[in-house]
Amino acid sequence: MNYRSNLEKVLSQGKFTVTAEIGPPKGSDPEKIRKKAEVLRGYADSFNITDNQTAVVRMSSIAGCTILLNMDMEPLMQITCRDRNRIALQSDVLGAAAIGIKNILCLTGDHQSFGNHPSAKGVYDIDSIQLIQILKNMRDNGIFQSGDEIISGRPEIFIGAAANPFADPYELRVDRLEKKVRAGADFIQTQSVFNVDKFNEWMDEVRSRGLDNKIHILAGITPLKSLKITERMKFHVPGVDIPEDIYKRMKTAVDPKKEGYGIALELINEIKQIKGVHGIHITALFWEESIPSLVKDSALLPRS
Amino acid sequence: MIITKQKDFNTLLDDVGKGPVFIIGCSECATLCHTGGEEEVVAMKRAFEDNKIEVTGWVVLDPACHLQNDKRLLRKHTDEVNKAKKVLVLACGNGAQTVSEIITECDIITGTDTLFLGEIKRVNEFEKRCIMCGDCIVDLFAGLCPISRCPKHMLNGPCGGAKDGKCEVSQEMDCIWDIIYQRLKSNGRLDQLKEIKEPKDWSKSIDMGRKL
Repeated sequence: MNYRSNLEKVLSQGKFTVTAEIGPPKGSDPEKIRKKAEVLRGYADSFNITDNQTAVVRMSSIAGCTILLNMDMEPLMQITCRDRNRIALQSDVLGAAAIGIKNILCLTGDHQSFGNHPSAKGVYDIDSIQLIQILKNMRDNGIFQSGDEIISGRPEIFIGAAANPFADPYELRVDRLEKKVRAGADFIQTQSVFNVDKFNEWMDEVRSRGLDNKIHILAGITPLKSLKITERMKFHVPGVDIPEDIYKRMKTAVDPKKEGYGIALELINEIKQIKGVHGIHITALFWEESIPSLVKDSALLPRS
Repeated sequence: MIITKQKDFNTLLDDVGKGPVFIIGCSECATLCHTGGEEEVVAMKRAFEDNKIEVTGWVVLDPACHLQNDKRLLRKHTDEVNKAKKVLVLACGNGAQTVSEIITECDIITGTDTLFLGEIKRVNEFEKRCIMCGDCIVDLFAGLCPISRCPKHMLNGPCGGAKDGKCEVSQEMDCIWDIIYQRLKSNGRLDQLKEIKEPKDWSKSIDMGRKL
């Protein structure tokens, strides 16, 4: 079997998969991203490189991915519809495929009002589901969104998408996932899971529709580094659901860092037991160095 | 309705300088928005005069975006316009430009900011409803528009940031997808949301041309 990427291989072989997120620097220094990547080498199957996350200008995702490729590490390029229209998106997909990027995560993107350029004009020419469909058509049918033919080289991309089981209206959440499956997504990375009950409810519905057999689902994990970060996520990051008991534990902890780490470990162990979940996606906000031990302590080593 | 907001008076004072100024209002949208009807035009005249700026005259055009009507109505004010160095237009961006086609000798000052095509909910309370995309799709979404009313123009369902019926961008905004969902659910038409909506054809927007 020919796999497009290591990520596709690990998921297809049914191994519990680990991906980890690397945020490019707010600057052009490639050493920053190399250092972060070096710490994570061997602890995940593929590494998400974010695309100006929370609408803050950073080194481009495609450049970050190139740096990883040069280190012989597999990048997973995030791409958002906030900053590019369908022409630029498709062009970047071709460019990414040309330099050896094999995985792309399609996102609509955080709204520009949250970032460091709130006066920017958002693009939103297409949404994430349309982007998935466009990539699928480029890859499998060799056509652009307009119907025009791709002349030389179809982008062999393993297509990813995001899902948020915690946003409203809740009843539409599995419908959105189903649409992403039908649009052509191969894998899903979810919003960070803190509320396992709600996540289980969502997964029940996912399984009852048989979607877990059609798409690989990686559950989001975020180790909470401090009470400050917990509060920022709970009260200010859209779409995040930190339940009261976790908030209380972080608030009363003598050593919040240790508590946050422990909570993340517990979450991973609970999530590993959920049928239909094929792996985890770790986003460690300002705490990338916690990822290796988190992967090790949850018995997810060695990664191939 | 074209929704406008009057610019800050101090900005207008700076723009008008020493004057003299002729003031133009509009009988339609700007009147209903209370930004450029007769009442606001007369109030503006008084405010300028209180600041020792000469006002040579004023007129409320019917409506300001109508070229032929403007020509006819302005003819009666030729002397007043000729005495002015500045013309303050209390109408939308369209009104200001129709006026500037006729009055070419004076500086045209726009007295309002044009915000959106929207609904008057109550007096002085407005909500955006349309971005004039040239290809109306509200029939697909229970009579509601996710292009003009969702900050991300989502066509295939809500983004991951909506919470308790509110938009992630502002707690003061209802998530239009929540409303679409509730409406279709009560009508038993949720199946309408299952189909993947294709990328929008923006070439139908008049952005690409300028005339009809």
